[in-house]
Amino acid sequence: MAVRPTFSQEISNLLYASHGHPLAVCMQCGLCSASCPVVDHMDNSPRRLIAMIHADLKDDVLKSTTFWYCASCYHCTVRCPRGINIAEMMYGLKRYSMWRNRYDKSLIGPDFSERFAKMIIKTGRSWEPALAPSFIFKGGVQGFLYETQTALKLMQRGRIPMTPSKIKRIKGFRRMLGRIIPLAGVK
Amino acid sequence: MKKFAYYPGCSLEKMAASYHVSTLETARVLGVELEEIEDWNCCGATAYFHVDEILATTLCARNLAMAEKQGLDLVAPCSGCFKNMYFANESLKNDKDLADHVNYALDADDLKFTGAINVNHIIDVFVHEVGLDEIKKHVKRPLKNLKVAPYYGCQLIRPRKPDDIVGDIEDPRFFEDLLTTMGATPVSYPMRLRCCGGSLIITNKKAALSMVRALLETAEGAGADVIATACPLCQINLELYQTEVNREFGTNLSMPVMYFTQLLGLAFGIPAKRLGIGTEFVPADDVLKCARGDSQAAAGGKSE
Repeated sequence: MAVRPTFSQEISNLLYASHGHPLAVCMQCGLCSASCPVVDHMDNSPRRLIAMIHADLKDDVLKSTTFWYCASCYHCTVRCPRGINIAEMMYGLKRYSMWRNRYDKSLIGPDFSERFAKMIIKTGRSWEPALAPSFIFKGGVQGFLYETQTALKLMQRGRIPMTPSKIKRIKGFRRMLGRIIPLAGVK
Repeated sequence: MKKFAYYPGCSLEKMAASYHVSTLETARVLGVELEEIEDWNCCGATAYFHVDEILATTLCARNLAMAEKQGLDLVAPCSGCFKNMYFANESLKNDKDLADHVNYALDADDLKFTGAINVNHIIDVFVHEVGLDEIKKHVKRPLKNLKVAPYYGCQLIRPRKPDDIVGDIEDPRFFEDLLTTMGATPVSYPMRLRCCGGSLIITNKKAALSMVRALLETAEGAGADVIATACPLCQINLELYQTEVNREFGTNLSMPVMYFTQLLGLAFGIPAKRLGIGTEFVPADDVLKCARGDSQAAAGGKSE
């Protein structure tokens, strides 16, 4: 009879493709947390998050801000004495929590990533204004004013394009993406 | 003459246009020919890897396949693009199943990944392919008395690469060596390998601003006149957001942040305008004075 994997096993499985060592070899030394430039802003340090995964605290892990606040600086990855690709684990947790629609809905990160992905499918290139809705209203009235000021400064210096840039072979590009994930309405 | 398939990336189209033009100008002086990949697409940044790994790898693979068609190694000036393309290239070379899957997708756009090329960052091409001795021959206006904080950031050097361009990953020196070659004085400060916050500037501004603040303050404390970067996102975070840092923390920071190619161009005697200087938010006047040989003005500004 099939045995349902534990949460800890599921997360370890996410790391198989990245050629890092399995999460199980973590010895809780905390070098990842000590190396992390964002640790002060996370609700759980990277070391603690790994301990929580080992304890199968699925709900607590998925609602944690830790992996959404990871900036992908890879300090933890290059320093881990057990060879665990911790930054890759954070990516894995982001994907897992988005697949399961199980993330803290007040976070900007998931919405931002989703908008980004859709934008690239449309045009093949990044265009900053298309991403703005995911964050400009998050900081209240004052935050909105600051964001507007920043955008104006960029425009004054010609550093934001007024229209999105688009690749030439967009049809071939979408056909290509359609072979990886089915895209509704893509010919 | 060395020739590469040039991948500017989305940021260099507008937000970091000065990095684009200064890269082209300095490459020309050094005899490095950059042939832009004709219909390049976004590398996926970090966001695509949050959504789907294979999709993100496919985005990179399309660019790699087009560079292969040109028969040239790929070079990117953005650290994020470089990191994505480098590791996509390695994964695809080492995983036949992945390459088969991605090639099935690429075939829909008449492309094929074969693993024939390498991926480089522009600073690596300058320092290691061209070489510091050759660069030195072109320095007409050494940036004497200019104190520069070399900012490596993250994805230029991490994660570790098998054919390591970095040397010691905890203590790289190539950026300092390049600055010395320009005649500038690299300053030593503890945050040079620390993260600028990356896309957290959007998704967690409070965290990112405190990271930017720490970087700027330590560079200033070390007596730097300017911070040199090799990544558009680092440049944007450190420079554009100084106003917000000052507002948030009550600091009074005013630190120019320039691309290493702009400084190199000045040392080569290329006019500032052709290096995209003039579109920054923190004026680079002291740096320009220094490049003109009016070096006392620059040195006197902050360090005394």
